[in-house]
Amino acid sequence: MISVKNLCKQFGRFTAVDNLSFEVRPGDIVGFLGPNGAGKSTTMKMLTGFLAPSSGEIRIFDLDMAQSAKQIQRSLGYLPEGAPAYGDMTPLQFLNFIADIRGLKGQQKKQRLADVIDMVELHSVLNRPIDNLSKGFKRRVGLAQAILHDPQVLILDEPTDGLDPNQKHQVRELIQNLSKDKIVIISTHILEEVTAVCNRAMIIAGGKMLFDASPDDLQRRSRYYKAISLHFTQMTDISGLAELPGVEDMEIEKHSGRVVLFPEHQQDIMPVVSAYIKDRGLQVDSLYEEQGRLDDVFRQMTAEVSE
Amino acid sequence: MVGTLFRREFASYFATPVAYVFILIFLMLSGVFSFYIGNFYERGQADLLPFFNFHPWLYLFLVPAMAMRSWSEERKSGSIELLMTLPVTVWQVMLGKFLAAWAVLGLALLLTFPLWVTVNYLGDPDNGIILAAYLGSWLMAGAFLAIGICMSALTKSQVVAFILAVVVCFLFVLSGSSIVLDAFKGWLSPMLLDTLASFSFLTHFESMAKGVIAVNDVGYFLIAIGIWLYGGFLAVEQKKAE
Repeated sequence: MISVKNLCKQFGRFTAVDNLSFEVRPGDIVGFLGPNGAGKSTTMKMLTGFLAPSSGEIRIFDLDMAQSAKQIQRSLGYLPEGAPAYGDMTPLQFLNFIADIRGLKGQQKKQRLADVIDMVELHSVLNRPIDNLSKGFKRRVGLAQAILHDPQVLILDEPTDGLDPNQKHQVRELIQNLSKDKIVIISTHILEEVTAVCNRAMIIAGGKMLFDASPDDLQRRSRYYKAISLHFTQMTDISGLAELPGVEDMEIEKHSGRVVLFPEHQQDIMPVVSAYIKDRGLQVDSLYEEQGRLDDVFRQMTAEVSE
Repeated sequence: MVGTLFRREFASYFATPVAYVFILIFLMLSGVFSFYIGNFYERGQADLLPFFNFHPWLYLFLVPAMAMRSWSEERKSGSIELLMTLPVTVWQVMLGKFLAAWAVLGLALLLTFPLWVTVNYLGDPDNGIILAAYLGSWLMAGAFLAIGICMSALTKSQVVAFILAVVVCFLFVLSGSSIVLDAFKGWLSPMLLDTLASFSFLTHFESMAKGVIAVNDVGYFLIAIGIWLYGGFLAVEQKKAE
């Protein structure tokens, strides 16, 4: 378990992290969200023992980071921002080096190396200097390094940055397939990633915690949650839709001509809307219930802080 | 753990051309200096003094060039973040880096063996003296190296690290040279003058180059290495996140 209490970090007069407190339990896959410069990376650097906090306490598996950093780091896997590695080494040499540092030996080391290389599909580049690899491969080498010792806690700073959609998908699957009793914290500014892999979302901005709940809760915060989006085949009089019981507001998106109906108190308005359309015999191309737009919530939440 | 770090560092000197260039230049320059400037043949003496006498001046530029990347590059590329979140201590990394570079320097010294063969072929030198001089030279190289590594820990820029290291090394070489000592002769008490001279690499190396291995000379270089590496350790702790 990770427990963070009143964590603060100042750089000179600039406050990067401002009184963060949270707990993460085994099985949690936390999506750490925030605009650039929100303090995500700084928090992760403190969680991994790279930076010392200005004040506050970090405990991981009942060990205090200030006292037993090296012991904690044994059960920690970390992918720093930008996936740094030693460019003059090949992925194979690099992973061998990390395995030695991690104290893996003999058959176990061989097995883990083979497994990890398989998982992130590094076969084709094993013997090329890391400096010459593409951004995607570099990121995968960084990931391989982080999961090599099968750590209890995995902290990944923007693991999918610079990957193409296929590779992103692969990395997300990899994270989801880690065993269920691990702690995973990933930072990202890609919102879809949070709904795709995480079971918990934390939003920070200006170093402060703004939101900490499940991604579903986050979606529920959206104005678009359970809104009905529809598109008519031809121009129709739609003023009646706005008057339906349970519909609070109606918006027409200019460029697409889509009509969005917002429900009152997030109630289910699909039945009334579809009944109305059927009654009037209106021609509709598409009709669906929205899941909630995360970027909308995100913008709304972080805008207040940045002002 | 230090062994693993040592192997990585040592291999990286050979994965990039650094080690090859260093060794090649060192061998070439030491040859040129001993034969042309040191008048190796003309002296008509079977010893390697002209060869060893130039070592401080060779190391002055070559060793900082080798040490400059040790920490600067870690910080520039961000790999320091990876390294410091692995279960290794700063001291282990520091020792790994130092020993690896020192081993390359040792290798360069070993590869000057043709000179030793030559002098043994031409005459009958005291090989004990030569061995002592080699040891002294290696120790002095270690002290230069520790300064270079400390300077490298201070900055992200390899060029700045190089220049700083050359300047500091130069001060340590120069403080024992006759230029400096003569300049201060008039207005420093003999005791202070001795103290100043005793900080010099030259003073301590000269007696070793003549074959005298004294505890205080060996101790001086070992302590200098320790102090500068400790300085580097403090710098890394302070500046690793910048």
